[in-house]
Amino acid sequence: MTLLVATLAIGLVLATLALGSYLSFRVLNMPDVTVDGSLPLGAATAAAMIVAGYDPFAATAAGFLAGAIAGATTAVLHMKLAIDALLAGILVMTGLYSVNLRVMGKSNVALSGEPSVFAPLAGLLERLNGGPRVAIGRWTVGTEDLAALATAGIFVVVVTVAIWWLLRTEFGGLLRATGENQRMVRALGGNVGVTVGVGLALSNGLAGLSGALLAQMQGFADAQMGIGMIVVGLASVIMGLTLVGEASIGISLIGVTLGSIIFRLLVALALRAGLEANDLKLITAVFVLVAIALPKLIGKGHARGEARRA
Amino acid sequence: MLEIEGLRKTFNPGTHEEVRALDGVTLTLERGSFTVVIGTNGSGKTTLLNAVAGSFRPEAGRIRLDGTDITRWAEHSRATMIGRVFQDPYAGTAPRLTVWENLALASRRGLVRRPIPLLRSRDRAGFRAALARIGLGLEDRLDAPIGLLSGGQRQAITLVMACLRAPQLLLLDEHTAALDPRSARQVILLTTELIRERNLTTMMVTHSMQQAADCGHRLIAMHHGKPYLDVQGAAKAAWGPARLQELFSRMRRDDQMDASTERLLADRYA
Repeated sequence: MTLLVATLAIGLVLATLALGSYLSFRVLNMPDVTVDGSLPLGAATAAAMIVAGYDPFAATAAGFLAGAIAGATTAVLHMKLAIDALLAGILVMTGLYSVNLRVMGKSNVALSGEPSVFAPLAGLLERLNGGPRVAIGRWTVGTEDLAALATAGIFVVVVTVAIWWLLRTEFGGLLRATGENQRMVRALGGNVGVTVGVGLALSNGLAGLSGALLAQMQGFADAQMGIGMIVVGLASVIMGLTLVGEASIGISLIGVTLGSIIFRLLVALALRAGLEANDLKLITAVFVLVAIALPKLIGKGHARGEARRA
Repeated sequence: MLEIEGLRKTFNPGTHEEVRALDGVTLTLERGSFTVVIGTNGSGKTTLLNAVAGSFRPEAGRIRLDGTDITRWAEHSRATMIGRVFQDPYAGTAPRLTVWENLALASRRGLVRRPIPLLRSRDRAGFRAALARIGLGLEDRLDAPIGLLSGGQRQAITLVMACLRAPQLLLLDEHTAALDPRSARQVILLTTELIRERNLTTMMVTHSMQQAADCGHRLIAMHHGKPYLDVQGAAKAAWGPARLQELFSRMRRDDQMDASTERLLADRYA
């Protein structure tokens, strides 16, 4: 039971990353590798600030901001210097590896015993419950785990509502059009430098937020924790959108969160079934490959025609 | 209204494929005038349109619109004054956005994008009316992703979008060339009606001699990056499709002659 709650909590924390990936991959139509650097940057920033005695909420917000700056940097490289989007992301990601080590001062920072954004709710739950363990049916769960789950859930709801609102505004419409037809956006007076910049800043800000939450949840920030995060985000987006469809923005966003949770459950199941943790990245990469390639292989001619039309 | 002065643009300068696309074009369009631009491939007609729209910076020359010098303005800044329809019928709309969303975006062309909902139910009636104007029943498809519509339907909507906020200048770049004949007729009919009703200053590049003869007050034939023929009013009426075709053949022969001369010279002196 504790395992399930912990898995769900991590699924929700990584849902903020997945929602960011939705913005870059689906809305802007731009695979953005920067997240492999911006997620640990968010973690490093938050961890360093918490250890230095800052309020964990302020530290988490700083994690978001740091990620956003990283995303904006990629956008500048891509839009102003006309560097290929993928290469721009790789450059920023690579540079961030050193930045993250500088921010932490070493390759990892332990957060055990430090305050976290989960602490207020954990304290509240423990007071209400009168003890550190809650009975749910035949099982008992720690109030700390429940608080982490609930807090992560609140973050995901806030982020989802914010993105939903943004994408439906006049500016959000321009943002969505940017991913489909930049020529049209320019002809309608939209500055694609601004829309891509805001989009990538938000997307990487969410990766940074995810990293900040993840560090507090697992009790440490690590320079290596970003490796393969782009694939994790994409896997969640693809799984979620395949599951619920894209009838509306709201449904897509909920789907992305579901995708992240399901992905985590699958990972937990695979590990329980005896799979080695070391093999996970390969399996995830193959999964994303199949998910992206399969529709193209199935409806080859048709899909090509559609792509050209779009 | 639109004043173009000594506009120059060379593609691939200093290479073997150097093309002088605009060779010192000077041109003034009156307010409310409808100018048709024709020309053979590579004559510079589309380049002229793109120069006005701001797709690139010219090497020399000035462009003034409504008294404002816009030569150094970015493409998206010029869009505050200029409405455009492209040759590619899919280029003017965002396929996964609905018809309504596309129209709503266009209704804010060149204005600040506010942090308020893009779709507002009180705008719906106005958009329906604008679409009903096309006469293809598109007013009932406001909520459909625009990618589901045909090229002709999308081009007609792009035209409506370009005129939602009356532009100071409307630029049409062979906007019926990629359509089937029936759709092309519908779109050109809608074009002339909208221009007449709103008295829009328009520059239309076309490949069709029929359109060139039928539409507009003024006709400019581009050749070698310069206006070769420039007639208006009664003088324009004298240019029917057959006579224009003849002019075209002459210009094309001229192009070929140039090309063969060039080859000859290259062979001899290379």
